[in-house]
Amino acid sequence: MSASSQAASTASAARTNGSGAAAILSAGIGAFCIGLFAIAADKSPHIKALTNIYKPTGPLSGVTTVAIVLWLVSWLVLALLWRNRDVRLAPITTLAFVLLGLSFLLTFPPIADIF
Amino acid sequence: MEITLRGLWTLIHGMGFGALYLLACSGAAVELFRLTSSATPTATPAQERFLRLYLLTMVVLAWFAVLTGAYIVYPWYRAVPPPGTADLAMFPQRLLLSSPATSGWHSLGMEWKEHVAWLAPISITMVAAVFLQYGHDLRQHRALRTAALTFTLASFLAAGIAGFFGAMINKHAPVDGGHVIQLSQGETR
Repeated sequence: MSASSQAASTASAARTNGSGAAAILSAGIGAFCIGLFAIAADKSPHIKALTNIYKPTGPLSGVTTVAIVLWLVSWLVLALLWRNRDVRLAPITTLAFVLLGLSFLLTFPPIADIF
Repeated sequence: MEITLRGLWTLIHGMGFGALYLLACSGAAVELFRLTSSATPTATPAQERFLRLYLLTMVVLAWFAVLTGAYIVYPWYRAVPPPGTADLAMFPQRLLLSSPATSGWHSLGMEWKEHVAWLAPISITMVAAVFLQYGHDLRQHRALRTAALTFTLASFLAAGIAGFFGAMINKHAPVDGGHVIQLSQGETR
């Protein structure tokens, strides 16, 4: 193994998982927010009016904009907190998967109608 | 042969961005699995560069698909007809809701599609960001790799649901109208 490839291998082995974990958990949060706000806008006339930020598209415009902003903010915050750190991935990825699964369920109209 | 402006935008949204994204999903999942597997030899810089570019292209396709859908096509779909309008052809949502045989395409199909579609760009953006940062070193981070692959499949599922309902809704109540674009002059027989 050459000196340069040995150095690259050492660097990759030492790379922390914090920033990856931040991206994964925040994606779960963003996805969950889509489902949560979709239900909120559907059930509450007040939230429906608040999320109607672009009239031709209706409440969908606000629901998705707010969810995307929260996703990006959570990504930034978690990335700053966890950069250059190794975190316990199992609970983080499990939580991300649960949030992702819930987002599919919450956006499904028959389930959203339960609330 | 002609197409209306609304029809063209629906085509760009569904076939241009959406269908191309769906086609790309299987390639992304396979390449991500292969290049980050500990069972395969280390990826060459060219292979890694290719997958980075591939994933970035998917990110662009996914965002363009949802943004053109939500801000160009959807307003035409949900347009409210003036009171007393009998012909609902230009108002797809109202056309679907006007019959019990088609109302489910809106109340289940569009209601799910308009929200679930956004899970695709969120998921694939994360996957691209993780691969851009870690590359084939993901093989040393098994949990990150599993999460990236899971979100890639979730993104495919979300895009598939949106694509299926989009196609079916457009079949029953096409988004049409606006300026007519002449594509070619046919012969009369």
